[in-house]
Amino acid sequence: MVNTILIVAGVLMMFGISFSVYRFIKGPDITDRVISFDIMTIISVSIIGLIAHFAGRVIYLDVALVYALLSFLSVVVIARYIERGL
Amino acid sequence: METVKLVGAIITLIGSVFIFLGGLGLVRMPDLFNRIQTGTKASTLGTMLSLIGLAIINEGWFWKLLVIIVFVVITNPVSSNVIARAAHHRGIKLSQKTITDMLEEEIESKFKEEEDTL
Repeated sequence: MVNTILIVAGVLMMFGISFSVYRFIKGPDITDRVISFDIMTIISVSIIGLIAHFAGRVIYLDVALVYALLSFLSVVVIARYIERGL
Repeated sequence: METVKLVGAIITLIGSVFIFLGGLGLVRMPDLFNRIQTGTKASTLGTMLSLIGLAIINEGWFWKLLVIIVFVVITNPVSSNVIARAAHHRGIKLSQKTITDMLEEEIESKFKEEEDTL
């Protein structure tokens, strides 16, 4: 029962990822692509948490933490580049 | 025991619904600033809820998941704010229904102050 509900949750999260991939491909400007990339990585953190639950390994949560950190840094750097150049 | 796990799974499901709605807003909203608004806020809340649900299901994981939640809650609004500033600086057009633009007013008033001092 618990695992079934978690699989449904994972499917909903994958729908969120596919919507942001659509915006990433179609987006008229670079800032649309940056924001959809940001949201993709945030959703990926939850999906990595679900994968850690299904695999039963705590070490995957470290992967999620490092992934969130790298996405934050890359988004800030790209936004600074858009605003006034490197 | 099983009931507690069921509660955690339902909280995770609610969080994934928020994530789904954030992605849907990313597709349907008219301009960039509305997309930033819906996408970032909804996905932050959704990530928070789904990780809390996982922490209820697996008791030993609480502190590590709490670190991830605090990190996401601190950094995600910062990154959306930075992107919105950069887009405003770049001159992205607002939607037709937008009625106020406070950053533009602030920039204009600062420009006027500089002119007065010269």
